Amino acid sequence: MGYVAVKGGTNAIEASIQRLKYERLKGKEVIEVETILKTMRQLVDQVMSEASLYSPYLAALAIKQAEGSMEEAVFLLRAHRSTLPRLYYSQTVNTEAMFVERRISASFKDIPGGQILGATHDYTHRLLDFDLAAETKADIEKWTNQWMEEIKEIESHGELKHFPKVVDYLREEGLFPTYPLNNENPDDVTKKSLAFPASRSERLQILTRGQTGAVTSLGYASLRGYGQVHPNVGEVRVGDVPIYVASSNENTEAKDDEYYIGDVKLTEVESFVPVTTKNERNEMELNFEIGYGICYGQNETKAIAMSILDQCLENQDNPFSTHDEEFVLYHIDSVESTGFISHLKLPHYVTFQSKLDSVRNVKKGRAEDEKA
Amino acid sequence: MMLEEPILSVKNLSKQFGDGCRRCSDPSTRDLIKNYCPSCGMVFACRDISLDLYPGEILGVVGESGSGKSSLMKCLYFDSDVTSGELYLQDEEFYGQNLWTLSAQKKRYIRNHKYGMVYQNPVHGLKMDFTSIGNIAEKLIAAGNRNVDNMKMVGEKLLDTVHIPLFRMKEEPRNFSGGMQQRVQIAKALSNNPPVLFLDEVTTGLDLSVQADVLDLIKRIQREFGISMIVVSHDLAVIRMLADRTIVMLNGEVIENGLTDQILEDPIHPYTQTLVYSLL
Amino acid sequence: MKKLKTHFAFLDEGSKKEIRRATLKAVAIPGYQVPFASREMPIGRGWGTGGLQLTLSLVGKEDVLKVIDQGADESVNAVSIKKLVHSTTNVELTEATEDATLIQSRHRIPEIPLTKDQILVLQVPMPEPLRTYEKKEYITKMLHAEKEYSGIWLMLFEQIMKYGRTSTDADHPVLVNERYVMAPSPIPRFDNPKMHHSEALILLGAGREKKIYAVPPYTDVASLAFDDYVFQKEDFSGEACHLCGATDVFLDELVDDHTGKTIYQCNDTSYCVDRLNKLEQEEVSTVDA
Repeated sequence: MGYVAVKGGTNAIEASIQRLKYERLKGKEVIEVETILKTMRQLVDQVMSEASLYSPYLAALAIKQAEGSMEEAVFLLRAHRSTLPRLYYSQTVNTEAMFVERRISASFKDIPGGQILGATHDYTHRLLDFDLAAETKADIEKWTNQWMEEIKEIESHGELKHFPKVVDYLREEGLFPTYPLNNENPDDVTKKSLAFPASRSERLQILTRGQTGAVTSLGYASLRGYGQVHPNVGEVRVGDVPIYVASSNENTEAKDDEYYIGDVKLTEVESFVPVTTKNERNEMELNFEIGYGICYGQNETKAIAMSILDQCLENQDNPFSTHDEEFVLYHIDSVESTGFISHLKLPHYVTFQSKLDSVRNVKKGRAEDEKA
Repeated sequence: MMLEEPILSVKNLSKQFGDGCRRCSDPSTRDLIKNYCPSCGMVFACRDISLDLYPGEILGVVGESGSGKSSLMKCLYFDSDVTSGELYLQDEEFYGQNLWTLSAQKKRYIRNHKYGMVYQNPVHGLKMDFTSIGNIAEKLIAAGNRNVDNMKMVGEKLLDTVHIPLFRMKEEPRNFSGGMQQRVQIAKALSNNPPVLFLDEVTTGLDLSVQADVLDLIKRIQREFGISMIVVSHDLAVIRMLADRTIVMLNGEVIENGLTDQILEDPIHPYTQTLVYSLL
Repeated sequence: MKKLKTHFAFLDEGSKKEIRRATLKAVAIPGYQVPFASREMPIGRGWGTGGLQLTLSLVGKEDVLKVIDQGADESVNAVSIKKLVHSTTNVELTEATEDATLIQSRHRIPEIPLTKDQILVLQVPMPEPLRTYEKKEYITKMLHAEKEYSGIWLMLFEQIMKYGRTSTDADHPVLVNERYVMAPSPIPRFDNPKMHHSEALILLGAGREKKIYAVPPYTDVASLAFDDYVFQKEDFSGEACHLCGATDVFLDELVDDHTGKTIYQCNDTSYCVDRLNKLEQEEVSTVDA
């Protein structure tokens, strides 16, 4: 019988899962979740960002289970996220209160507080370091102790941990419009499906949980010519911010009643984008707007690309796809795009049979017409 | 003729772009440059326009660009919303109802069943990558027709009327010349037998000889089908050839209104006079 | 780290309620696509997560579940979905269509007519029937609101102009309750008429596109067709299942390994097995008599 391909599914699946497990275990090495957590910082960050779930431990576990596949690890965390009830919304996060580890401006040399390079790959030479192949625990101990000793002196001097925003400095000069604080509750895209036109809060949520590669590609396309946003990076900052949840007692508004529930590490980008606006006297003016990018962990490329796309979607009267919110927001989610692409592997026998019937009938009709 | 009831009647149409400011909202302090408020940038595209279209006549609307004639047309065809005003259609279904206050669904119904429209640019009136016969069928389908052979018959007859060779009916209009595209658009607009047909600068951008063809076609259609038409043009020559009555628009207002011959022979408003003399 | 126990039917109760609310709305407005905040599920997004969310939000301990993919209970994806639902609910599974209270299916409606005691959940990849000629959701929503469907009719008209007949395959659009044009999911045209006045409630779920819609029992469902070019199902006239001999069913076309000839076989595997069993019983009883 020629049709066994889709039959016997139960056994086939079980065998396939065993085979997959074997592929993960055949090297006979155990990688501790702790090891991933301690050594794969940026991978963990990226998985949390695309999964939109902040839990380094679970992200590391997902990476282990997925054998390092980004697509799978993100998927595992997202699916896990679905089983968790939404109990609270945090208070608005104030990134000025960030414990800054790294903070640069590409627009101003002398920013108040100064530039802090922090940890970055930017100025490393991308040469494979063959010494790492033989790295030992003792080497690590030695190096870190020595380094800690070196910086002790410097660390004890600087007490300043909070930095003003670069944009505030420009606001004072009137180069940026000052907007009233928007205290509207954001729309939660995990609770209400996206409708168009989308609100800014919806757009930012979809962008921040977007696939790093997709966000980067579309931001790049816009920058290169398929878009009309030409930003300057005003500020990139990376660091921990505290998260607070309001007291469940609704009657108290006092700050004392907020609960501190932990820190998250963020990358935040404010890009400066020149725009033409009209003043009250209907005169054209050149102004700056801010493109905003933010994501979990340290992922600066994604955050900068997001800031470009944010401004693109603020200005939708533009023929480029990068300015079309349906185009951008519907196509950058990792779980959605990988899921639909991979579904093409599912059997489509019935649909194909139906298509065959249709094509044959058209052909038959043609042949009969010719005879007639 | 004036004893008849108009088929389409516009009362006090206003169309503004912008929110306005303190100065221009009050007519006594309003100080416009043409139809534009220099203090807030508000544009008064149509100001208090009233007009009647009588059964079987062609009403011309003439004016320079920016006079508000295209805005008027867009409002009539529901392509754009009005700021205020009333629109009535002599029709059993909609008698006495201000069409501008109807739901989007009803407005679409009127467009599909009671109106025909020919845009200046065929891109707006045609689906360029569907067949020509399909384009005509689209309008028929919208008007409720569900019979392929009947639609094909109607389409063929119309394409023949506008001199599109039938062997090209399954071709897409994007392969056609501008004049041919315009003729397909006219055929499409006529397909549901609309009591009212709008023509917006339909000959602008066409070669002179092609222009003459299209104008002839419109004249012939009016004679054969007795459709009431509103023809918008900046070109007084087109208006002279087609329109029975004409209104002249300037800066969003109607400045002159009468029989076309009368306006051409004895223009009263200085602007109309300039327009007419430049034609001679 | 403590091992977490998965909740009954995977989703938390809040999510289930929300999906059921969207479902109720869908039932109240037949054929209308109700948006819902689709969750990421443990199976691929595009692999039946819409149907799965419906199933999980509806399933109770008393339910008997059947899952089919392309007509087959043993198809890999059907097995995978069944396994997931079973592992989080422990509900009874069945292959017999008439025993099931809840049937999740991809691309087929079973051959045995469903009853008022059953719910059919169909998996939907592309819920928007107008998407082929209008890419923007914002516009298609408006077209539905204004009941402006000339575009989709025009597509059919163009097919007739070009090919002399409509050339749709699976997912042939239907008009539901004389109001909404709906994608019936990629079921073959053969199954479209089964939706009309179905005794069972039919729910359709699109997980990735985040839409739920429904055909309530006894609702009018008409496949779009012009008056003079009638709707046509896939044609298997003159062919019968080489195993059970069934004729009026959707058949898979196979090549016989030995003879190289085309043979036909029921696509609905449980229907075929059931018929074979009954035929065998009849033979046995005739021998006995």
